[in-house]
Order: sequence, then structure tokens, then C-alpha cells
Amino acid sequence: MTQTEFAAALLDPQAALPPGLIGPDGLPAQRRFAVYRNTVTASLTRALEAGFPTVRKLVGEAFFGAMAVAFLRAHPPRTPQLARYGADLPEFLASFPPVARLGYLPDVARLDQAMRDSYHAADATALTEAEFQRHVDTDITARRVRLQPALRLIRSGWPLHAIWAANHAGGPTPLPGAEDVVVVRPAFDPVPHKLPQGGGAFLAALLDGRSLGDSLKATPQGFDLTTTLGILIAGRAITGVLE
Amino acid sequence: MNDLSPQGLPASPGVGMKPQHFAALMQDPGPVAWIEVHAENYMGDGGRPLAQLRALAERFPVSVHGVGLSIGGEGPLDRAHLGRLKALCGWLNPASFSEHLAWSTHDGAYLNDLLPLPYTQATLARVARHIDEVQAVLGRRMLLENPSTYLAYAESTLDEVDFLTELATRTGCGLLLDVNNVHVSAVNQHSDAAAYLDRFPLHLVGEVHLGGHAEDQDDQGARLLIDSHGEQVADPVWALYAQVIARTGPKPTLIEWDNDVPDWPVLAAEAGRAARIMAPVR
Repeated sequence: MTQTEFAAALLDPQAALPPGLIGPDGLPAQRRFAVYRNTVTASLTRALEAGFPTVRKLVGEAFFGAMAVAFLRAHPPRTPQLARYGADLPEFLASFPPVARLGYLPDVARLDQAMRDSYHAADATALTEAEFQRHVDTDITARRVRLQPALRLIRSGWPLHAIWAANHAGGPTPLPGAEDVVVVRPAFDPVPHKLPQGGGAFLAALLDGRSLGDSLKATPQGFDLTTTLGILIAGRAITGVLE
Repeated sequence: MNDLSPQGLPASPGVGMKPQHFAALMQDPGPVAWIEVHAENYMGDGGRPLAQLRALAERFPVSVHGVGLSIGGEGPLDRAHLGRLKALCGWLNPASFSEHLAWSTHDGAYLNDLLPLPYTQATLARVARHIDEVQAVLGRRMLLENPSTYLAYAESTLDEVDFLTELATRTGCGLLLDVNNVHVSAVNQHSDAAAYLDRFPLHLVGEVHLGGHAEDQDDQGARLLIDSHGEQVADPVWALYAQVIARTGPKPTLIEWDNDVPDWPVLAAEAGRAARIMAPVR
């Protein structure tokens, strides 16, 4: 019996017990094999629960468990680093019929994933507000900014930040509307912020390596640059101003 | 094989590092003299996990315990993962590195469990090759842990103790003796744990593990113990541990508690119990 047969039977609950696996009496060890099968599904489900807390809150523990099993059978981890497990979950949710009417769920999964990635991202030293202000005084429209490795941008057609806040921060019931969210990490704990209108386009341009001036051109009339920069500076997310 | 670690683990109790115990470990570790981390939890690029590990490493000897290398896998070792282990051991320079006699990855899919192996000459040759590769890449001697098993392979031709002893002979690796695994496997395989330990090459043991197990039943209604790491160490395991320590003297002894992790005083008390067993033979 090969590990190919063993692994296939672990992930397929309908599969027969692979031949040659026995208990001490020499008989086929169905319940004994089930211990391994249960450990695989239970431990990977726990990894997904830890990685996607907002999705879990929205759909409830029982539903999340069933969904996790469907996901992990189709998409087992490709690395032992379980903090990276579930990169395929947003896409999976987008085509998982039982959640078809929860159109926002894939974006919520993206935000959970962004929070987790941010938590494990590299450290970086931020510019202080005074240091940034000194750059501003020299006219920086032609210059680019370097952002912390822990920053993540999620652009959403759903009230994504409001959904997050309603589930984690006692926020009110979300109202319809599109919200772009930036995750910044001022110290060790990532914080999601709702960006002002146009903030997603602005940050996407900055992340693309475009200058502040060029990035502003991507924003609509009346874009609130002050609030956007305030979020980045308070989040200790600007780590340099580049020539 | 050069062992580049500055010193081994102290022959005292250690605990598996859990983030919720970080403050207690830094302020008042009680009987705990060293910590063990699961390598895979410290392979991120930064943030709190690495900051906590750096701080702890200034205070305690650290054991890096891999749970995902799949040394028993039929396929080649995951070179990318081995590279991450090398990077971690490189900056941390831990006092010990250990892994399991098990497989967990197949065809690129990581199954997150320590799966059993048939004890045959073919398996022996393959696992020895993988251990050689690990020790060459990491530039250090590793410890290999005996597994807990729930079933056996009809094709096995070698006894587990002989298998581990031969692996150590061929590769020069040391052994990590998990006493709970010995007990769990003996109950599950209807064999004698004390006899297993009588034959175990204790002089090769660089570290001992103690953990809790749960209980279930097999198809015939017989006791089936599950290596759950979610409760206190059971009395029969403490008794076996005392027999080992009486023969070996004090050994670096880890309390493993990975699920339903208790408050610090409960874990520290388990470490204290190990310290009391080691005290008379010190």
C-alpha cells in the first residue's frame, strides 16, 4: 500500500480502508484509520477557523465547519505553514453554491486573509508625522512613498469595513455601499480602516510605485487626501519618501 | 556531524511556547528552564511571533521542533520548507532541532497530521536518506521522535525500537523519546510499554516529551488512545517517565499541551511534577 492510497482515503470519507492497515488482531482497522481521517479534517478546520474569524462569525460555527471540510478536501494546504492556508478560500466561496446569496463573503474572506498576512509581515520603521511633514514642506508631488510591508488594500463593492466592525467592534448593522479598506499595522496588531471615497484608487497607485502627484490623478474630485494620509501616518505605514 | 549549537538543552523541564504564556515566561517561569517552538509557527517575516521568540531566546535555551517536514514521505523532502528551517535555525541558533518519524505531505498536499509508516528495509533506507539530507542542510545533528500509532502495516518486518536504533546508527541522529507516545502506541498495539523502554537506546535520547492523551475505542471495542496533547499527562505516563529517568538521570523534558491550552499555573505545575521526578537522581 502506498502513501498515495493512504492520502486519498484520508481526504475522501467514502473511500474504503486502504488494504494492509491492521489492528493488533490483524484485522482491518476501520475505526483506527478514522482517527487519522478525523485529525486531518479537524486540525485543518481549526486552522481555517483561526484564519477566517469574520467569515466564521457571519456563517456560524456549524456551517463554517461543513464549508471548511468541503474546502479542505478540494484544496488541502500546499505548505506546512498553516498561517498561509486558505489563500484559495475567497475564490472557493465565490463559487460555493450554499453561500451564493452572501455575495460579500469572498471579500470578507479577503479581509480576514489580509489581517492575518499583515500580522506575519516583516517589521519596518515608520516615518514620524514630523519627519513626513518635513518632506511635505519641500513639495513632494513628484515623489513616491514607501509603505510598510504589513499594509494591505482590499477594494470592495460591499460595505466591507462596516461588516467587519459589526462583527468585531460592536458596529451598527452595515448599510449598502462600496468600501475600500486598508489594513495597517501600527505595532503588532493589524487595524482595518475604511478609506475615504477614492482612497482605494489612490493607494493602489502608490502601491504600484507611482508618485504622489500621479496617484492623486487617479482619484475623483473632492478626494480627502488629509484623512487618507492621516490613516497611513497614524498606522505607522509610511516608511520612506523616495526620490 | 558538527553540532553548531552553543550548548544542548538543560536537563530540566521545558514547555511548548504558546503566545498566551509569553508574559508569564518572561516574568516568572517557575520550574521552566527552556522552551520549545513548533518551527512552522515562526516562519513568517516579522510581527509579534518573531518578536516574542527573539525575546524568549535571550532568556531561555530554545528547541525548534518541526511538525511538517514529512521525513517519512515517499516523495523527496520539500526543499523550500527545508530552506525555511535552515533560515530559522540560522538566525535563532537553537539548542536543539527535532522532527518526527512520520509523514505528513503527499504529492504537494500537506495533511497536517503525523501519519504512520511501514517498518521495512525500504522505509528505513528512505528515512535515513532524508535524515542525512536534513542534517547536511541544517549543519547540525537532529533528534528524531518516536510516533504514537493507531494502527499497523501488515507489511512491516521490523520492530519500532530496532527501526529507530538502526536509523540513529546509519545517520548519527539522536532520538527524542516521547513517553506518552510510547504508552499510547503500546495500549493501541496491545504491546508492553515497559518492555519497549527496556530495549530503547536511552543513551541516544537528547530530549523527552510528555503530553496528554484522550481515550476512544476501536472496531472491537478495545481501548484506543488518541495523542491529543489536550490534557494533563496521565499517571501511567508519569510512571513510565519515572522509570526512564531513574535509568538515565535528568533529561531535558518537555510538557506538550497544544489543544485546550490551560492557564499558566496548570502548565507550570506539570513542569514542576517533572522537576520533582528528576530531583532525586540529580
